[in-house]
Amino acid sequence: MISGAEIVIRCLQEEKVDCVFGYPGGSVLHIYDALFKQDQVKHILVRHEQAAVHAADAYSRSSQRVGVALVTSGPGVTNTVTGIATAYMDSIPMVVLTGQVPSFYIGQDAFQECDTVGITRPCVKHNFLVKDVKDLAITIKKAFHIASTGRPGPVVVDIPKDITAQMCEFDYPKTIQMRSYNPVVKGHLGQIKKAVQILQEAKRPIIYTGGGVILSDAAEQLTKLAHKLNFPVTNTLMGLGGYPATDKQFVGMLGMHGTFEANNAMHYADVILAIGARFDDRVIGNPEHFSEEKRRVIHIDIDPSSISKRVKVDVPIVGNVPDVLEEIMKLMDGGFKTDPDVANWWKQIDAWRGRDSLRYKQSEHIMPQYVMEKLYEVTGGNAFVTSDVGQHQMFAAQYYKFDKPRRWINSGGLGTMGVGLPYGMGVLMANPDAQVACVTGEGSIQMCIQELSTCKQYGFPIKIINLNNGMLGMVRQWQEMFYSKRYSQSYVTSLPDFVKLAEAYGHVGMKIEKPEDVEPALRKAFTEHKNDLVFMDFIIDPVANVFPMVAAGKGLTEMILAEDL
Amino acid sequence: MQRHIISILIENESGALSRVAGLFSARGYNIESLTVAPTEDPSLSRMTILTSGSDEVLEQITKQLNKLVDVVKVVDLSEAAHVERELMLIKVRATGKDREEMKRMADIFRGRIIDVTESTFVIELTGASAKLDSFISALDAGLILETVRTGVCGIGRGDRILKV
Repeated sequence: MISGAEIVIRCLQEEKVDCVFGYPGGSVLHIYDALFKQDQVKHILVRHEQAAVHAADAYSRSSQRVGVALVTSGPGVTNTVTGIATAYMDSIPMVVLTGQVPSFYIGQDAFQECDTVGITRPCVKHNFLVKDVKDLAITIKKAFHIASTGRPGPVVVDIPKDITAQMCEFDYPKTIQMRSYNPVVKGHLGQIKKAVQILQEAKRPIIYTGGGVILSDAAEQLTKLAHKLNFPVTNTLMGLGGYPATDKQFVGMLGMHGTFEANNAMHYADVILAIGARFDDRVIGNPEHFSEEKRRVIHIDIDPSSISKRVKVDVPIVGNVPDVLEEIMKLMDGGFKTDPDVANWWKQIDAWRGRDSLRYKQSEHIMPQYVMEKLYEVTGGNAFVTSDVGQHQMFAAQYYKFDKPRRWINSGGLGTMGVGLPYGMGVLMANPDAQVACVTGEGSIQMCIQELSTCKQYGFPIKIINLNNGMLGMVRQWQEMFYSKRYSQSYVTSLPDFVKLAEAYGHVGMKIEKPEDVEPALRKAFTEHKNDLVFMDFIIDPVANVFPMVAAGKGLTEMILAEDL
Repeated sequence: MQRHIISILIENESGALSRVAGLFSARGYNIESLTVAPTEDPSLSRMTILTSGSDEVLEQITKQLNKLVDVVKVVDLSEAAHVERELMLIKVRATGKDREEMKRMADIFRGRIIDVTESTFVIELTGASAKLDSFISALDAGLILETVRTGVCGIGRGDRILKV
């Protein structure tokens, strides 16, 4: 017989969890005591529970494993909600263990009590309240199973304190069967045959892929298939790295800040092969405008509810992406011929490419695009790039060419400012030798800045690329373009001296103000300060905007290009 | 906008109802009525939801319901032959000449009087929702003291069976 708290730790060991991100408190004291008595599961003590969940989320995003966070009841839980919702919107597998007040206090407004299951319900894939110590192990097993299978997502397990003190036999099930949860894996063969037929007839095809390719580890199959087909490929923000960005068939990211060629190719395609993507509002713009063109859509996704949600789909294929892509390639081996008209389509795409829509003008100030280009060069394209949310996120997505999956770590769906720094911590726990660049802005970085302390404690050598324009850049851009330059609350006065701030936490700080200093500073940070956290405060052009841009409610081809202004 | 009756088999666990109700409110779907109770297998509950929406919305409703981890099966009963019933208890003023009139109306609608006092009747009435509606409109509104309805429950005809 062992205690509930020991059962929790044993379960984590059985799941081969090597670290958890967390913060102790009253309701989880037994669990922390059990954690203390072993060394298989490491614990990373964050400075705010939100960061624990973001770090666990990035641990998942940057590896093929499930990230785990551990927090106490009440405020511990409410602080995690942003992180859980962030992971939920991007379908990130994660298990969040939360302490709860003793079960006999539940409902009595006890100290640090909150309705964890109720508060998190709308932003989890599933959640549990453990009511009996005998159910504890199987519940944790279920949590890992549910989080990591089907369309992945965060799962919360709420554990009352008395349960963690009770004694019970430990028996961890090897496998689990749930009559109510059996996600489909194999795609329907008839549908796959139909898809292959349509691909063969396509004259203006495009392969449009999203986060599903990354999550299902299908980058290899996708690349093989795209090469076999010789079709253009575009990625969503969440799909970057699913297809090598330096490949000649890659037309760039699409959507609100997508390239001219990607958005046009998507809009005018006669066949769209959508893979693990969901046609969201930031991708296709106005759905009525998008549906003006006649086209056939093949949609592969593990989640049936993503299919025909916003765009009518002709051939739905529900299944695990790599398995379905393998099936498609198997069928293609029986004599597949690409339509000869695809050659003309490529000519058209090359003409669109000729607009060079990511071109930007250098100025006396440091241009943010330039910093991203240099970051790419200096890191050889091999860094894990975590990002916050705003203009800098778009610049990173546009100018850092991701050739490998799981290297681009950002909050795509929820758009959570403040994730970048804790994401870097999660990446480093999953990939200890990685080069990690956190691309951020002076707005976002201050939303989880306290984690500089965690980074010091555990020696996380993150390179913070702070694109500092003294403005909440994306808000300012919209106000400039759509609110007659009324910059309501989008400028930040009394910014801290970031160099001193970094130094106060025991890190290296650099302030870079001239374009010619950008590259040397980056080189210095990534070589001389390889093992240090370096806070690089780039004072950039205060009015640089992100282009191309599809304004909200506009059609995908109604782009504003930098040259138009 | 069409009327649909969705039947759900769901694990009989605490919170199951709020998962379903939360899904409907979060995604802006209608619930006109909802009934739930355990089935012959006490580990399973059966829920019946009366909703309305376009075909696209209904497709999303069934897909989203199926996505809930506790949901075992979902069927749109109104897609094929089915029977549906709703139970109503209605308390009416029954004094003087109204007493006989109420008794007569209950008989016409095949209702049963299940509680009698000097001045009131409670009438139990079962049927399709439209029948309950017409009973209410057949009564003098001033005499209705209280109504309570269970919401629709339904079952497929013949071999259409919803079971694990």
